[in-house]
Amino acid sequence: MNDSTAVIEVRLNGESHSVQPGTTVATLIEGLAIESTAVAVERNRKIVPRSLHPSTAIEAGDELEVVTIVGGG
Amino acid sequence: MNFEPTCITETKPTPLELGGKTFRSRLLVGTGKYADHQTMNAALEASGCEMVTVAIRRVDLSSSDNLLSQLDRERYFLLPNTAGCFNAEDAIRVCHLSRELGLGDWVKLEVLGDKKTLLPDPIGTLEACQSLVSEGFKVMVYTSDDPVLALRLQDAGATSVMPAGSPIGSGQGILNRNNLSIILEQLEVPVIIDAGVGTASDVTIAMELGAEGVLLNTGIAGARDPVAMAHAMRNALDAGWFAARAGRIQKRRYAQASSPTEGVLGE
Repeated sequence: MNDSTAVIEVRLNGESHSVQPGTTVATLIEGLAIESTAVAVERNRKIVPRSLHPSTAIEAGDELEVVTIVGGG
Repeated sequence: MNFEPTCITETKPTPLELGGKTFRSRLLVGTGKYADHQTMNAALEASGCEMVTVAIRRVDLSSSDNLLSQLDRERYFLLPNTAGCFNAEDAIRVCHLSRELGLGDWVKLEVLGDKKTLLPDPIGTLEACQSLVSEGFKVMVYTSDDPVLALRLQDAGATSVMPAGSPIGSGQGILNRNNLSIILEQLEVPVIIDAGVGTASDVTIAMELGAEGVLLNTGIAGARDPVAMAHAMRNALDAGWFAARAGRIQKRRYAQASSPTEGVLGE
């Protein structure tokens, strides 16, 4: 078995994305360039509260949205 | 709008009372479209604003750009908007994400009808307003200049009703003074004119009509010198606030001399 068969495929902000098995919401957002305190996360259209990020495992086929604030009027 | 005669001894407008909070400025300024964070912060400072609007968007996965870290939360009250939402469900979803981001219960609700005009969808706006109020949100709602809808939004529990002066980002100023005057006369909740401001005089006109405040973004961010324009907007707001309370003279068809008409040489 090679690594490519082990990864989990998800949708992240509308794009295909691969994560390692065992990835949690917390480890996913720690891997992003932006500070993890500046984001909010939805998993399959439900908000994952910050307190649950470390215990929420990402599963194959998950639809994840990670948002932050940007300039706007 | 008619204000009670007062002897105004202040040199600044009174603070804005809104949803149980007091804001030091009646100018609300957006954070979009600035060339960089430095210009944005300089313009916000020059405007004297306290409440600033922000948008909520998907994170750019490769960017570390973080507006939250650029805004002094001690100084500015962040008002997240639902810009870009074209139905009530999406707008409500954004409001939930805003709460999760730690921005609290205040939202600027926009439910738009179409991408070309960015005019509000009145039905979606009213539905979302009702729903968000029932969830405990303080809803500052962007709307058209329709007086009937403005009343319905007030009845729905909006914290502030915010009719557009003209389409978002159009810079056309105040297009329908008559409708805005009717809204200002009829509503009891604070009315803030939102959108369409092109230059300082537009802000003055809005305040002269009796608005509690003005919300703008592109008028400052899109100016050649945003900091200078922010300064102008701030002073324009003050001018309009005082003028509204000072009581303007009636317009007349013909001239009326300011100097004495008697004792003129040669008569």
